[in-house]
Amino acid sequence: MIFDAFFLRTALAGLGVAIAAAPLGCFVVWRRMAYFGDATAHAAILGVALSLGFGINIFVGVLAVSLAMAATVSTLSGRGHAMDTLLGVLAHSAIAFGLVAANFLTGVRIDLMAYLFGDINAVSWDDLWVIWGGALAVLALIGWRWNALLTSTLNTDLATASGIDPKREQLVLTLALAVVVAVAIKVVGALLIAAMLIIPAAAARPFASTPERMALVAMGVGAVSALGGLLLAFRFDTSTGATMVCLAAVLFALASLTRGRRLR
Amino acid sequence: MSGTPKRLVTLEHIDVTLGHAQVLSHVDFHIDAGEIVTIVGPNGSGKTTLLRSILGALTPSAGRITRAPGLRIGYVPQKLHIDPTLPLTVRRFLSLPRRVSDTDAAQALEQAGVAALSGRQISGLSGGQFQRVLLARALLTDPELLILDEATQGLDQPGSAAFYQKIEEVRRDLGCAVLMVSHELHVVMAASDRVICLNGHVCCHGAPEHVASAPEYRALFGSGTHGALALYRHDHNHRHEEDGAEAQDDCGPGCTHDHTHTHTHVAKESAQ
Repeated sequence: MIFDAFFLRTALAGLGVAIAAAPLGCFVVWRRMAYFGDATAHAAILGVALSLGFGINIFVGVLAVSLAMAATVSTLSGRGHAMDTLLGVLAHSAIAFGLVAANFLTGVRIDLMAYLFGDINAVSWDDLWVIWGGALAVLALIGWRWNALLTSTLNTDLATASGIDPKREQLVLTLALAVVVAVAIKVVGALLIAAMLIIPAAAARPFASTPERMALVAMGVGAVSALGGLLLAFRFDTSTGATMVCLAAVLFALASLTRGRRLR
Repeated sequence: MSGTPKRLVTLEHIDVTLGHAQVLSHVDFHIDAGEIVTIVGPNGSGKTTLLRSILGALTPSAGRITRAPGLRIGYVPQKLHIDPTLPLTVRRFLSLPRRVSDTDAAQALEQAGVAALSGRQISGLSGGQFQRVLLARALLTDPELLILDEATQGLDQPGSAAFYQKIEEVRRDLGCAVLMVSHELHVVMAASDRVICLNGHVCCHGAPEHVASAPEYRALFGSGTHGALALYRHDHNHRHEEDGAEAQDDCGPGCTHDHTHTHTHVAKESAQ
């Protein structure tokens, strides 16, 4: 049977990413930050290249670069227009610079594919500790700031009047996003991290009447996608990260079809 | 005014710049406990900017803002767009950011006149219902200062009249000060203790009758019983150059500065 130590490890890795990404993904959806997630996730490739180049821990390198990108985008979004264009520029140039930077390093080109598309089979027990540590930290952070985050998502002036600093809450999301990217990169890969943020949240929307419920349902959808995707990937020998996202997308389609009237 | 009411907010000579445009210059303002103060002014005159400065959402480039320590502000924004992807019931909304008991929530909804809406989705409410829910939420903080930014925008005449009646009741019950921006001048004139006319700077201010009888007010906004109506028009289609010849000098008692409106407002509108 496949239920052995190896399967347990990969399953736990997928589950860790799914439950941390889901509630954060809800905020990404509510605040229309999809491109923001993309830019941060793509910057992770540059983080991988720099980590390999300087021989530092991948998680640390990815976290640092993602955080820098998220902070840059967050600062820029406060001023000026044409944000959509600017985010597009940042998201794609981050990945291009990351790939070119990796080309300068010898012997790591094959490894890089694993970071673009994810390689859950390569997740070690040590990685698993980091993934769950990061996931629980993100859950704790979002849980702690939940009401303040929701209020400033509704309206920044309303938040200010209630004594909440919207900039601080934006920073909380920025930090959480960078951590999720860092822990998810080995599991689903930089190109598909944003999908694990957005798709479970979108699939949960028709079934939720409160924000809390939407986050919980999104966690369920994320968990089912991660575990089901893993099983399907083993069965059909497909890429695990992509299979997880495919399953999430199918769940989204089913949710929209059955409860479509409530989507808008 | 009897005794010495507590001063809630004081603005001294504030300038606010948004982008490259100076939206407010040398604005002095204060509001005391229990007062109803209304701000009127043309579009782009900085009304919302002034409110946001008082809230603390904007930092002035010059001048000083003093708030009473621990001041509780209830805020009803001009409009609140809630993304359709965010599911939110009225009851849940009332508990943001601080959880309130079911009893308190029900009482606030009752006070705002929308007791039956508790379980409804925010996205399914009409404009008038949503404004009252916003008011209920603002009341839950037991505010000392209630700030309303054109809270009746989009309501029909009876709807907005009923809304202002509610505000009056709330002030009577809670004793809170009310600061509002409004276009409904007939109501404003009747219900306010003080009126402030804003146009990038404070044009004139004072008690409603006082302002209404000031020669300079009449020159700007019309005279006699049609004053309110003229001011209403002035609000919507404002060109100071047209009125300027009459408006200059001859300041009434409510006027705080020499009155030469030769600037244009087109640039300021885009800034708000």
